[in-house]
Amino acid sequence: MNRCSIHEKDRHLRVISDIAGIDVPPRIQRNQPRKIALIPIHNVQLLKQMDLTLPALQRSANEMRIDIIRMLHAAGSGHPGGSLSLIDILTVLFFRYVKRSPDNVADPDRHRFVLSKGHGVPALYAVLARSGVIPHEDLLTLRKVDSYLQGHPHNRSLPAVEASTGSLGQGLSIAQGMAMTAKLDGKPYKVYCVTGDGETQEGQTWEALLSAAHFKLDNLIVLLDYNKGQIDGPTNDILNLEPLAAKLQAFNWDVQEIDGHDIGAIDAALTRAQEEAGKPHYIIAHTVKGKGVSFMEHPTEWHGKAPNNAEADAAIKEIEALLT
Amino acid sequence: MAKATRVSFGERLAELGATHPEIVVFDADLSKSTQSQIFAAQYPDRFFEMGIQEHNMIGAAAGMALSGKKPFICSFSTFVVGRFEAIRMSIGYSEANVTVVGTHCGVAIGEDGYSQMALEDIALMRTLPNMTIIQPADDRETRGAVDFLAGHPFPAFLRLTRQGVEHIHGDDYHFVFGKADVLKDGDDAVLFTTGGVVYNSLKAAEALEKEGLHIRVVNIYTIAPLDAEYVIQAARETGRVITVEDHSIVGGLGGAIAEVLGEGQPTRMKRIGMREYGRSGSPTDLYVHYGLDEAGIRKQVAAFLADHS
Repeated sequence: MNRCSIHEKDRHLRVISDIAGIDVPPRIQRNQPRKIALIPIHNVQLLKQMDLTLPALQRSANEMRIDIIRMLHAAGSGHPGGSLSLIDILTVLFFRYVKRSPDNVADPDRHRFVLSKGHGVPALYAVLARSGVIPHEDLLTLRKVDSYLQGHPHNRSLPAVEASTGSLGQGLSIAQGMAMTAKLDGKPYKVYCVTGDGETQEGQTWEALLSAAHFKLDNLIVLLDYNKGQIDGPTNDILNLEPLAAKLQAFNWDVQEIDGHDIGAIDAALTRAQEEAGKPHYIIAHTVKGKGVSFMEHPTEWHGKAPNNAEADAAIKEIEALLT
Repeated sequence: MAKATRVSFGERLAELGATHPEIVVFDADLSKSTQSQIFAAQYPDRFFEMGIQEHNMIGAAAGMALSGKKPFICSFSTFVVGRFEAIRMSIGYSEANVTVVGTHCGVAIGEDGYSQMALEDIALMRTLPNMTIIQPADDRETRGAVDFLAGHPFPAFLRLTRQGVEHIHGDDYHFVFGKADVLKDGDDAVLFTTGGVVYNSLKAAEALEKEGLHIRVVNIYTIAPLDAEYVIQAARETGRVITVEDHSIVGGLGGAIAEVLGEGQPTRMKRIGMREYGRSGSPTDLYVHYGLDEAGIRKQVAAFLADHS
């Protein structure tokens, strides 16, 4: 039996349900994508009930690695490398800082999050499902023709996604605009943006880096998922970004450099980035593409291919071993 | 008295600043030309000088729109619409409530030459399914368009002239979104026109009237969504269609009408507009050179009707 079948009763889903103490929601109506995330599907107290200690978040991140593998396997295409490298960052960000839950997806004062590296969207869908914003079982509809889970983020299909991205290099500008709105209105919310190293080669990225510092947007916090790989090869062989920290400092950003798989380090960096001293914040998070699955940990090989049945099974077994 | 539609825009936008606190305005180092400077002087907190960064201006405006503001982003049309892929993703696909204001459209900008001329901007923007496109032809129409767009909750493109344009409407004019605007009756042919060449087209038709040719002149200021129902009706009633625009004949007003008629009312057509890259020259000389002045339009319309009588 194919354990990753879209039709299979999902053991992992039950595990999450047991942990979180929630019921698996009924499958919701398709063809109403604009309404979906505005419906409080789960218990809105979900986040309050979750264990948000660092060890629990590490476990959650690994459980969501399984979600990512299942999603990409069911879809038959997508980007495992850049989703697995990203999930630890998103876990800390969403469960400790952005705190997206069904009762605040439309709050005008909510913290904003823009996933500029849109191809990492399976990781975003995984945290939205775990937050109760979308039904967990819908994750397996990723990239299907009647699903609101588009292959790259689309805000009009899923309002909990703040901006449509996937054409690389544009998300940081959008995040800049959101941070400008907060400043203009004197609102305290933060704007978080996760970028990729490959897309940092785009000219528009450097426009935004120049501009956000000029406007002193210290409510803007950028995290670079620096996984060192892009489609055609290792990032710094294709087009070298280094010395990156020095460049960003010269652009007048507050720069931190961390291990992007160290939950505690991510949390500490995000805490420090809350300070508002006139400079936007940039956290260079060094990551490993495909992190958590030994045979996917390669700068380029698993950038954009889905696991087959055997590969998905092997990957999930490896990740499950991390949970025990 | 001739007045550039960019000036009408700048004045009206600044007036709306008082009643529309959600309006924010961006420019990319051309505020003196686009006339966003009028708003900037009155509402400096809500005006964002982005420097020469059209891509980033598009994205930042999208971000402000997605967080509750109503941005107008201003530049020469070719520079801002030329960053089409950013508009496509960050404004169009995201359905960000941004109005892209492109000034200095067409060959009528004159001596600066092709690099500053927008001749393909309508064609690009027409491909986006949710993009409203408005090109007003005079001061009153421009003011009405700005009022409309201030309350329009969708992506939009406003295309404006550098050059002064004569009034075609009286004081009693009221802007109605999405409707064809019949300026002159006639049943020998229908001439659809838009923007800075509406006045010349009207004058050409009035001259032809004296020669016994009855040309209906229809001003299409709402290019998207096009008043397809009226376009088909007018083609059916007259049997011959002419389009006049200061834009490429590919994908602009002529292209839009050809598409509608090809499906709904196949009709003999003559598209008058740009067929090549523009060149430097005075605006007057360029309109003569490209047949967009009154005499040029008149000759081409007469020749078309003679060939297809």
